[in-house]
Amino acid sequence: MPRRTMIEAIRDAMDVSMARDERVIVYGEDVGFFGGVFRCTQGLQAKYGKNRCFDAPISESGIVGSAIGMAAYGLRPCVEVQFADYVYPAYDQIVSEAARLRYRSNNDFTCPIVVRMPTGGGIFGGQTHSQSPEALFTHVSGLKTVVPSNPHDAKGLLIAAIEDPDPVIFLEPKRLYNGPFDGHHDNPVTPWSKHELGEVADGHYTIPLGKAAIRRQGSAVTVLAYGTMVYVAQAAAAETGIDAEIIDLRTLLPLDLDAIVASVKKTGRCVVVHEATLTSGFGAELAALVQENCFYHLEAPVARVAGWDTPYPHAQEWEYFPGPARVGRALVETMEA
Amino acid sequence: MADAGMLRFHVPEPEVRPGGTPDFSNVTIPKAGSVPRPEVNVDPRTIRDMAFSIIRVLNRAGEAVGPWAGLLTDEELLEGLRHMMTLRSFDARMQMAQRQGKTSFYMQHLGEEAVSCAFRKALQPGDMNFPTYRQAGLLIADGYPMVAMMNQIYSNEADPLKGRQLPIMYSSKEHGFFSISGNLATQYIQAVGWAMASAISNDSRIAAAWIGDGSTAESDFHAALVFASTYKAPVVLNVVNNQWAISTFQGIARGGSGTFAARGLGFGIPSLRVDGNDYLAVHAVAKWAIERARRNLGPTLVEYVTYRVGAHSSSDDPSAYRPKAESDAWPLGDPIIRLKNHLIHKQVWTEQRHIQAEAEILETVIAAQKEAESHGTLHAGGKPSTRDMFEGVYAETPPHLRRQRQQAGV
Repeated sequence: MPRRTMIEAIRDAMDVSMARDERVIVYGEDVGFFGGVFRCTQGLQAKYGKNRCFDAPISESGIVGSAIGMAAYGLRPCVEVQFADYVYPAYDQIVSEAARLRYRSNNDFTCPIVVRMPTGGGIFGGQTHSQSPEALFTHVSGLKTVVPSNPHDAKGLLIAAIEDPDPVIFLEPKRLYNGPFDGHHDNPVTPWSKHELGEVADGHYTIPLGKAAIRRQGSAVTVLAYGTMVYVAQAAAAETGIDAEIIDLRTLLPLDLDAIVASVKKTGRCVVVHEATLTSGFGAELAALVQENCFYHLEAPVARVAGWDTPYPHAQEWEYFPGPARVGRALVETMEA
Repeated sequence: MADAGMLRFHVPEPEVRPGGTPDFSNVTIPKAGSVPRPEVNVDPRTIRDMAFSIIRVLNRAGEAVGPWAGLLTDEELLEGLRHMMTLRSFDARMQMAQRQGKTSFYMQHLGEEAVSCAFRKALQPGDMNFPTYRQAGLLIADGYPMVAMMNQIYSNEADPLKGRQLPIMYSSKEHGFFSISGNLATQYIQAVGWAMASAISNDSRIAAAWIGDGSTAESDFHAALVFASTYKAPVVLNVVNNQWAISTFQGIARGGSGTFAARGLGFGIPSLRVDGNDYLAVHAVAKWAIERARRNLGPTLVEYVTYRVGAHSSSDDPSAYRPKAESDAWPLGDPIIRLKNHLIHKQVWTEQRHIQAEAEILETVIAAQKEAESHGTLHAGGKPSTRDMFEGVYAETPPHLRRQRQQAGV
């Protein structure tokens, strides 16, 4: 099976979708001729023409707002916001329009759009190229929110998102574009070509939205993670020697609650990990669900490891980033509790 | 460099406030028939002055004059009159129903009926409007059932939107009427996106965007103009300037540009102003702009100069911020009276028939209201189910919502 980077896998997902369905339209800032600043759409304009893949003005509300209109017409736009940090001008269109169109019109109009955006830190991007805003989307009824952690999943999830009848926020952890990053920033990057989840089948396949994956079987403690934190958690488990069961949520909404509950009932312990800031982060929802559903199986408080509640700093990137040392400490403390 | 002194902050004010005498002497009204009618493929650079004039067809004597006249038959004009009268009668009954507590909220069109009623007749089936909350004439003039509108207003058991949306936020794909949001300006860029999709699909259908004077200040308005201009989208960009955004006079949103139509000039979009209280002028300009869109000539911006005679909504009292008699002083008159006078002048209508038609229309509206009320009103009779509240959030209800629905006991 061919091995691909996450960028290539995402591009392949759009390529496959555009070939299968002429309603699929791809656009965004720098997306057309150049192929995107991360090159996720490279070659699509040459292959499918300017009608299907084109450059947009720098106006995120314009990009998402026009996509909503296209979806109402009957197309299936898959648009790119250059960085998740830039999505806020489009937030009104996403929250008040895309998310509610089906509901408020009683299915008269629907909004099958995908809004792709690179998310997360680890590239010295400072405040405006590092944020993880997933909780701002999971809080909104009517949206689905997806965060893939590897090329294989990224392709299958993105095709599923494009084919989904409702709006999907597709957050791509940019630090994973070229390899599984475990938080050890001083080490050389492992390329996807050396990782089994870099194996990406040709052609069409989907991974259903709402299904988690167990990345490491274990019996001592359940780690709930997504995106980059999946690899950070794996490193932390290896370095502490704790037999953690690591669940990669893949889709935050709909959430695979069954997988979470089954694991926590088995291990009796749970650590929630994300890169986004702690307070009101998605981890708060996860911790609440775990205690609601597994309280009498818990042998320790549910722990959260997250970004500090500060804006994402520049020079202090690795003091901010919840790396394997911090996750490892939480694992040890949860085992000792 | 010379000392310019202290900086001074500028906040525009309307000419008159409550207690003052209404004064529209600053509103320049060109004579009916005086504005030329260019070919639709005109070079936009040569018609920039049209963004500062007002296209008018009906003169004070009730005659249709000038190059924009002569597009509608007597039958079509009589139908237009009936649509506007129906909308006004509908509004009066629904406003009263709101006061009677049968619904929570209402917004009427008083004085602005010509804009949406005449525009609708210039569209083709399949074209799509992205309306705001004061274009119900698009539905009335397209034959959408009044009972369905009332069911929506009452949020009753027959409400096509299942009680989920605020009154008057209708939706009808079949009648080319995109779901009204209630948020402002979001629909403007969506209309451009719909038009882009139609062009991408090599279709022949066009879109019409709608916005009020106040909301042109939103960034989505400007995004829409950029996208429409860049991709030459087949869209008509309508701005209904009814002078008031709740209590805020139009000068606050307009700033120093002189007119709202002038906003289009920087984008190279042909921009016209039209007498919004002149059914014939609205229809003629709409037809011109729609033809441009259909012939791949790109977007047109149209500013309808009109006046919001009624309150902003049932929750608003305009006497707190503008003189009560201001609407009587509005120099462009009333759209129904003006069309009526034109038809009388043409000897196809009489005062007596007008009074008779008013009574007939009221009877029809009351019959529709009775039928709607048999399905319930907001606080009495049949209403949408609690289960309806949980449906339609997604195509397929996800597990967490199913659990919540069970918790709610439905």
